[in-house]
Amino acid sequence: MTKPRNIIEKLWDAHVVAEPAGAPSLLYIDLHLVHEVTSPQAFEGLRQRGLKVRRPDKTFGTCDHSTPTTPRDLPIVDPIARAQVEQFEKNCTEFGIPHFGFLNKRQGIVHVIGPEYGLTHPGMTVVCGDSHTATHGAFGALAFGIGTSQVEHVLATQTLLQRKSKSFAVRVNGALRPGVTAKDIILALIARIGVGGGTECVFEFTGSTIRALTMEERMTVCNMSIEGGARAGLIAPDDVTYEFLKGRAFAPQGAAWDAAVARWKELPSDEGATYDKEIAIDGAALEPMITFGTNPGMGMAISGVVPDPAAVSDSVERETLKKALEYMALEAGKPLAGKPIDVVFIGSCTNSRMSDLRAAASVLKGRKVSGKVRVMVVPGSQQIKREAEAEGLDRVFREAGAEWREAGCSMCIAMNGDQLAPGQYSVSTSNRNFEGRQGKGGRTFLASPLTAAASAVTGVVTDPRSIK
Amino acid sequence: MERFTAFESAMAVLPVDNIDTDQIIPARFLKTISKEGLGDQLFYDWRYEADGSPKGDFVLNSGAARSAQVLLAGDNFGCGSSREHAPWALTQYGFRAVISTSFADIFKGNSLKNSLLPVVVSREIHAKLLQQAAGDPQSKVRVDLERQTLTLADGTECRFAVDEFSKTCMLEGVDELGYLLKHEAEIAAYEAAHAGGLDTVGVGL
Repeated sequence: MTKPRNIIEKLWDAHVVAEPAGAPSLLYIDLHLVHEVTSPQAFEGLRQRGLKVRRPDKTFGTCDHSTPTTPRDLPIVDPIARAQVEQFEKNCTEFGIPHFGFLNKRQGIVHVIGPEYGLTHPGMTVVCGDSHTATHGAFGALAFGIGTSQVEHVLATQTLLQRKSKSFAVRVNGALRPGVTAKDIILALIARIGVGGGTECVFEFTGSTIRALTMEERMTVCNMSIEGGARAGLIAPDDVTYEFLKGRAFAPQGAAWDAAVARWKELPSDEGATYDKEIAIDGAALEPMITFGTNPGMGMAISGVVPDPAAVSDSVERETLKKALEYMALEAGKPLAGKPIDVVFIGSCTNSRMSDLRAAASVLKGRKVSGKVRVMVVPGSQQIKREAEAEGLDRVFREAGAEWREAGCSMCIAMNGDQLAPGQYSVSTSNRNFEGRQGKGGRTFLASPLTAAASAVTGVVTDPRSIK
Repeated sequence: MERFTAFESAMAVLPVDNIDTDQIIPARFLKTISKEGLGDQLFYDWRYEADGSPKGDFVLNSGAARSAQVLLAGDNFGCGSSREHAPWALTQYGFRAVISTSFADIFKGNSLKNSLLPVVVSREIHAKLLQQAAGDPQSKVRVDLERQTLTLADGTECRFAVDEFSKTCMLEGVDELGYLLKHEAEIAAYEAAHAGGLDTVGVGL
């Protein structure tokens, strides 16, 4: 009898091209997504070596990071960003890479459009020069972020030198309570294991809570795997996955679809498969989460109080927490709920899909945002923007006093002019609260779209369960 | 890539855990299409005031640390984004090794591809290094990749782990792409057995 394998091992085994002695394995890459920020130096490397892109038909591009979210008939004002976007489109054209350019009506955040157009399939290896590539793991793909050298490696050879990761089972069981979302699951995991807890691992999210999630919610969970230190996080495919994918532009069609589904059904971990690490989370006990510090592991239930550095025994850890609270200008022992904020950002590859916008709109409908708060809603793709407008969500946001913008990464990474001013506080549905992440000197509280929308209404950090 | 040789250097000390790549080089500097000129942007927001003048209390702006080739940092160094601009900025500033109790995966991989050596030490050695630097900021450590040893000023020598393949690449100054390209036959065989690609016909690109 063969040894039972988990899905991470199955994906690895299926993609090993060669296992040379004294070197890492060559792993085949099925889908390579490229964007404007981490690819120009890789294309330049190809030119210097006189190399072509080996498989343009397994490569797909879009621009999202440095692109403005202002109306598309306006030019890119920042000349450096404009040059980067122009270079990207030039590179894609020169090397024959299919792409949705800045002005394409299907442009969007790379991790949003991949699934949206059915580029991501179960069983694939997916890479991108972006650490949130783990998002695609929601489909049962082994998807991880890579550096620019590796972008060049994949462009040239469609392979990467890789060592096998450890497997980390994250078992979440129980029904989520009202007001608790997929975002709260992943923030709770990271708060428990820390931002380095998953280093050298790939998460497999399992359990009844995960099974009950929609594909969009699963993407939110997998998206932040890197924030727990894991390069990838994935969820075994099931009928929810196939239902989502069927009929999308790049999904297999006809007989090829049936054959693909039959293959994908072999992917889930075998009965008795083992893992290097495991953790269990009681989904029914979760509360809405919020971060208080300067990394995503510094999070707590929204009813909690800011921890006290004096209670930390390790000196470097204590200094790290102290430094974080100084940056955030927060006092230990005090609750975050009720803290005045300046900006609410609803968007990013974590939370910018239709269900996220609907959740935010459900809170904002018939209400006004606080006069003291700027609220930005940035859909993940131009397609989502159109769908939301067809549903009238844009009117809900606008009538509430929020800004309704064009698609892109926007204030998640603050490369495009959408940013906090020094000292400002935001409640953000994005994935990182690092110092200056949303603008130099800006201070970020990460939370779900429900919590962000509730806070937009009151102007202070607000538990969404308190809004009736 | 240049060959990585053994060297001695004072340490710049940043005793903070989980230093993320947004601190190493803020995202607003990633709009460049070049690999060059990033050394000045290293730790930019920790290093400079709003008006661009150096912050006097930041480690890279004072004394021995200014010319250090070794950075001693807290646990889980390099977490966050996959930007290779982080090791580019560190090496262009002049760092050749970073010492920590652990590194984030992507940063570690990116560093090894850019002749920046991530050195993982135990908590005990880390504490000892902090003490050494606090006692005498000019004091040096010796980093020897070939022997995989880190030697403290008091003569304490500790061995560090490094991937054998990356070690060879760094010592010989060769990059991985050349190695990958030599496996053309195996890649072609894999592709022959696994046909398929994006069908862009009908998607209307």
